[in-house]
Amino acid sequence: MTDTVERKSLTREDLLDVYRTMRTIREFEERVHAEFATGDIPGFVHLYAGEEASAAGVCSNLDDRDTIASTHRGHGHCIARGVDVAEMMAEIYGRRTGSCHGKGGSMHIADLSKGMLGANGIVGGGPPLICGTALAAKIKGTGGVSVAFFGDGGSNQGTTLESLNLASVWNLPAVFVAENNGYAETTSSTWSVASDNIADRAAGFGMPGVIVDGFDFFAAHEAAREAIARAREGGGPTLIEMKFTRYFGHFEGDQQTYRAGEVSHARAELDCLKRFADRVTETGELSRADLDAVDAEVAALIEAAVEAAKAAPLPTEADLLTDVYVRY
Amino acid sequence: MARNITYREAINEALVQEMERDETVIVMGEDNAGGAGAPGEDDAWGGVLGVTKGLYHKFPGRVLDTPISESAFIGAAVGAATAGLRPVAELMFVDFMGVCFDQIYNQAAKFRYMFGGKAVTPVVIRTMYGAGLRAAAQHSQCLYPLFTHIPGLKVVLPATPYDAKGLLTQAIRDNDPVIFFEHKALYDMSGPVPEESYALPFGEANVVREGADVTIVTLGRMVHTSLSAAAELAASDGVQCEVIDLRTTSPLDADTVLESVEATGRLVVVDEAHPRCSIATDISALVAQRAFGALRAPIEMVTAPHTPVPFSTALEDIFIPDAQRIANAVKTVTGWNP
Amino acid sequence: MNPVTDERIVPVTMPKWGLSMRLGKITAWIVAEGDEVKAGDDLADIETDKITGTLEAATPGTVRRIVARVGEDVPVSGTIALIAPVGVSDADLDAAVADARAVIDAGVPEDADGAGVPVVQTADVRGRKVSFAGAGADGDVVLLIHGFGGDRDSWLFLQEPLAARHQVYALDLPGHGTSSKNLVAGAGPETPAGAGPDAPAGAGPDAPPGPDAPPGPGDPAGLLADAVVGVLDAIPASRAHLVGHSMGGAVALAVAARDPRRIASLTLIAPSGFGRQINAGYLRGFADAQTRRELKPLVGQLFADDKLVTRQVVDDLLAYKRLDGVEAALHALLDSLLGGDEQRGDSAAVLAAIGDAMPVTVVWGRQDQIIPAEQAQAVAGAVRYVIEGAGHMPHMERPVEVQTAIEDTIARAG
Repeated sequence: MTDTVERKSLTREDLLDVYRTMRTIREFEERVHAEFATGDIPGFVHLYAGEEASAAGVCSNLDDRDTIASTHRGHGHCIARGVDVAEMMAEIYGRRTGSCHGKGGSMHIADLSKGMLGANGIVGGGPPLICGTALAAKIKGTGGVSVAFFGDGGSNQGTTLESLNLASVWNLPAVFVAENNGYAETTSSTWSVASDNIADRAAGFGMPGVIVDGFDFFAAHEAAREAIARAREGGGPTLIEMKFTRYFGHFEGDQQTYRAGEVSHARAELDCLKRFADRVTETGELSRADLDAVDAEVAALIEAAVEAAKAAPLPTEADLLTDVYVRY
Repeated sequence: MARNITYREAINEALVQEMERDETVIVMGEDNAGGAGAPGEDDAWGGVLGVTKGLYHKFPGRVLDTPISESAFIGAAVGAATAGLRPVAELMFVDFMGVCFDQIYNQAAKFRYMFGGKAVTPVVIRTMYGAGLRAAAQHSQCLYPLFTHIPGLKVVLPATPYDAKGLLTQAIRDNDPVIFFEHKALYDMSGPVPEESYALPFGEANVVREGADVTIVTLGRMVHTSLSAAAELAASDGVQCEVIDLRTTSPLDADTVLESVEATGRLVVVDEAHPRCSIATDISALVAQRAFGALRAPIEMVTAPHTPVPFSTALEDIFIPDAQRIANAVKTVTGWNP
Repeated sequence: MNPVTDERIVPVTMPKWGLSMRLGKITAWIVAEGDEVKAGDDLADIETDKITGTLEAATPGTVRRIVARVGEDVPVSGTIALIAPVGVSDADLDAAVADARAVIDAGVPEDADGAGVPVVQTADVRGRKVSFAGAGADGDVVLLIHGFGGDRDSWLFLQEPLAARHQVYALDLPGHGTSSKNLVAGAGPETPAGAGPDAPAGAGPDAPPGPDAPPGPGDPAGLLADAVVGVLDAIPASRAHLVGHSMGGAVALAVAARDPRRIASLTLIAPSGFGRQINAGYLRGFADAQTRRELKPLVGQLFADDKLVTRQVVDDLLAYKRLDGVEAALHALLDSLLGGDEQRGDSAAVLAAIGDAMPVTVVWGRQDQIIPAEQAQAVAGAVRYVIEGAGHMPHMERPVEVQTAIEDTIARAG
């Protein structure tokens, strides 16, 4: 299937950047999947592999005035926003050198300096927060845009629905990205979402709704570009629905008995990285060698991150009690 | 015949037996069966940690998966209870109470009182609590003190498989709203459980260990940690601790606690929840008020610190009260001199 | 074993109390090295996971060595002390102690191949499940029948010792132990008809809905006798000695009256129905008790020395009482046992009908607070054993003497 979306705005450097972002996400997640199976990673991890085009497509349109909020499946958004990969890996391993000094873990990685308001363990926790950052940007006149990522499961959470309404009522510079990967834990989105598409709800909340083939980076990028521009210019919020699938289970350890072979089909036929690579090499914008070079860089980056994480120190008893308050 | 089954199996068995006995009992929650609308296996999970596995096929039409819409489905369970059903709804992690607490504390808890005794709301909300699985800040809290605080709710925390089956059976038969707390680190614990149905009354604490020197009042997973500490203290110091498992914080068996402190004169309260406005402070106040004269030392409380639950193993292990800290508290009260 | 050990050394061993016991712990030594003991003297207090009891000396002699320490686990049959005449050498004694210590120090394997776990069988009697368990491979069949609110574990001090020479069975009567709890006449198996919730607005105290439909007209006592016969059929036993305690004694009589040729002998321990007087307050209190606090003093009334009433004993009784259907079963039985505050049954008449078809023995604890020991006089033609220092449960407080009475009765049956 050929893609017909405009891509004039992406320079060669841009293309390498977004490819690097997606490749980093993919390799990060694949590596965490492998390492988790050894038992070295504590707690729960929820992997984003397969969904890279959404994070990269949206975040490549943002700058340092902007904020995003993510979900429990947040590694992709963190990487796309430029959160340090080594610090992320260390955080997942619970080390003192991690993004949150080992206190948050996979589900709570954040870096406010990079406009990343955090992965979130609470479904629907992000949208109200993004209404807040959007409001602040509006009041302060920064021109900043706030983006809330949530899943098909989160699209049914009351907080999300209220946030859609509020963002319209206050005309906030916000974008809502529903990442519909087909499942909320084991529950199919075709069952749990009453309308045919999550994007169909947009009209009910007074904003435009856009459906995007989530495996197509360029489609995601263009839809996000338009929504972010609208928000930035005071045109109010947009609801974008990315339709794709996740390659791994809800969390690592999920046997996925509720699925029936779609994953291998998706990996073979619906891989956003392959599709991106095919297209840019076909048009000649990038060469195989360019892409391979990025792949090699990324491989080294991930390897170094894992090595460093495994060798890093754990937090100490004194760390337990710090940072509960600014001042108590 | 009492045979050894796990805490998880005991809860499942109580659900099965009550659903067999009473057709108005229904079950609902996120992935309580699992696989709704998906092409693969039905009852794919039976609950995120497998507690409700098998119910979906045994009781067609009575086990409902839900979207991730706690306000709506917890509220629906409450409403259905007023209308003649006995719903057992699952709030997957008690940490998620934030998105639906109104339906619990303003609606379910208050109907009977606000409506002059004319409402009956026999709803059970099962929920997972507690740290130890490295699930981090938003999936590891206790929070039962918040529910205990609300008049109109009953709050139940079984510590063993035997108690889990009997207390859940009572919860389902009970005509008031019950919040049934399951410690996620206890699901694999094994213990003797009769095959037959039985109900344990609420408001009855269990003296799990008798002792003359110190009273340890505790609940949930901390019962086992306290018993470890007590065994160690008996062996090393010859100190005999009486360990009381509260089983239910609302209603509370004050008499058993007071009787014990009258005999020992020393109290250590062990509570995995945060220290402020907790069960530890609740029991301490009760004893200070009603057994003051019996006390031979100030009361000691062993709790988690006043911080969110940390992710890293190194920190979470310090966060959770352990046998050593309990033993230290016991030594403080036994060694106390005015 | 050291081949030159003096045969005059008599080991005192950890007894087997109950079919599932695998180890016990000495909580106190009552005798010390050098003490002279007679048969029946108390030697040590022993605790198991089910009960605490006092071990009595089986033979007279001098306690030459204490082997097991207070507080350590000792496997059943492990040697805990040595009784020997003064003439036996220290060397031989030390060798025997070393062997015994090796067994104790080796420990008890964690439930290895399930050895020692008794096989519980069930009989189907009028649609109800009746549980029973046996021990012993040789000799006559003996069936032990517990009393009101008890179960087959009541016989835990007796079943194994008797099993040395007989095939000894104990059953759970309907409404008790692991047998069906439903005593309602004509009802089928366990599951009662689905009772709905009773959630009337503003009604009285919250009775939990459930299978406590009141028992219909019927014959609980007859059902108990049927259960005993059902177990005899299931064993199968064409001839058996019956031992019945309290209400179980009346059941044993009823069974013997139905088919005297099948019953070889009757040992009745504090049987009901031989007089009007009974501690109705205890019976009603036991049936009604809801909490440990209510139950503990009641259970204390069963014994001359209430130190047998450990927390475990009370907890186990409470857990039994809380099983669905037990309250109803106990109340149904009370209706057949009591008329007002007096005993309803006429066991003397049943006994008279049996005549001298079989030897009959009656055993009673002198300090029985439930049914007065004087009623032993009304058991016509029976050999009487009145045991000092025992209450309503002499088979638990004085098991050695009760065992003797049972063995004598069996012997008299020829």
